[in-house]
Amino acid sequence: MEIEDVRKNTKIVIDGVLYNIVDVDFTKPGKGRSIYRLRMENMRGSGVIDRTFRSGENVDEARLDTQNEQYLYREGDNYIFMDVKTYDQHPVPGDVLGIKKNFLKEGMEVVMLMYGDEPIDVTLPITIDLKVIETELSTKTATITPQMKSSVVETGYRVDTPSFIKVGDVIKIDTRSGNYVERVSTGK
Amino acid sequence: MAETEPERLARLQTNLRRRAVVHERIRAFFKERDFLEVETPIRAAAIAPEEFITPFTSEGRFLAASPELHMKRLLAAGYERIFQFSRCFRKGERGRRHNPEFTMLEWYRAGADYHQIIRDIEEMITAVAVGPGPKDEIKYQGQPIDLKLPWPRLTVKQAFLNAAGWDPLATNDSLRFDTDFVTKVLPAFSPGRPTVLIDYPAWAASLARLKPGNPLAAERAEVFIGGLELANAYSELTDANEQKQRFREAIEKIEKERGQTMPMPEKFLEALPRLPQCGGVALGVDRLVMLFCDAASIDDVMAFTEDEA
Repeated sequence: MEIEDVRKNTKIVIDGVLYNIVDVDFTKPGKGRSIYRLRMENMRGSGVIDRTFRSGENVDEARLDTQNEQYLYREGDNYIFMDVKTYDQHPVPGDVLGIKKNFLKEGMEVVMLMYGDEPIDVTLPITIDLKVIETELSTKTATITPQMKSSVVETGYRVDTPSFIKVGDVIKIDTRSGNYVERVSTGK
Repeated sequence: MAETEPERLARLQTNLRRRAVVHERIRAFFKERDFLEVETPIRAAAIAPEEFITPFTSEGRFLAASPELHMKRLLAAGYERIFQFSRCFRKGERGRRHNPEFTMLEWYRAGADYHQIIRDIEEMITAVAVGPGPKDEIKYQGQPIDLKLPWPRLTVKQAFLNAAGWDPLATNDSLRFDTDFVTKVLPAFSPGRPTVLIDYPAWAASLARLKPGNPLAAERAEVFIGGLELANAYSELTDANEQKQRFREAIEKIEKERGQTMPMPEKFLEALPRLPQCGGVALGVDRLVMLFCDAASIDDVMAFTEDEA
């Protein structure tokens, strides 16, 4: 693809390394040619680099496919998914999943982004409902500002919640930030 | 959560009001100095052919990438001091400091050279400075900038020798020039002061005349504040033969590199022998507003960018 068409979140391959574009800085000095400075993050999880390109140059866009997969279980640092069409299983390292590994419920379906046979990322819903399995006792005194406390949901993820949340409540969590959004239902 | 249009436009209101103040003050500045505000076509049969500026076409005509040629035709007919706010269009130019459709301020002065135009730029920008704090001191993206006059002049030769270790007046290498400019020279400018870069290589003269006594340099200047390239000024080239030759070279390069056929701007070339000695400048109004609004992106000083239009 032409450098002009590279945008934030475009995936490209340079010397066999897969990068996600984090930032494109476009500069056009005076009457000169366009200069593109790309900040790119190595998608196999090791660092961010800057590269300069000029108008007219080309880069290889990574051909990525998506497939529907079901999350099965965790094995050490690997998260095991299964292609719902072929029943092929792939282990995905926790590093690749980042914060998203905290929101995987056994049996849930996700869209997996593949580079050849290699899982690159999973797409989760923006919010997910999870049951609270553990929480601190709330402090007695009611105050004007809502008190926050620490709770643990069924996937083992620890999140700050308002003090009124009890074990058994189902709460909504934003999977991008990992923050509590609201209570969906009360326990019992 | 994505911002809705009413939310975005509400957020931009302070900047858009400040933008209107900048426009008013610019008009007042030129009126006080007896400049005439003019308007020239947005669609034209021919525009200045530039190797790295790709124009939009419209029903067999070109959208203006700059009002320069028409303004010089007015000068050639005896209009001595003119200015214009004009909408300009440049294909593919999109980024934090670019939108393909943008507002250019150009002004021309008969009898002047680029030194006089640089003084105009200094006075105009300090006269329209808006925002909190004293007028000769602004803050852009966390960096205090001292606008006290005069602003330091730096030759292209010295800037490149200092930051990139070579002299572009002696070596015609436009690819290396552009790359080093962005990655080395611009980042080395003193952040707390404007920089007036003067005396461009003759091979990058464009529509500027060469420096009398130094055929390697052109009387061209660019003004930078806070890393923003704001204005490009010339002692205007008045030699029609030399101008035609430069246009011809540009047309050939464009044909070869973009496969686009650009016509020779004949009406302009016919007027050129009548053009008096003059100086002129093109200044990016959106970027000037960015500076006074402390805006990191051009998107924060336009109601509707290309993506929102």
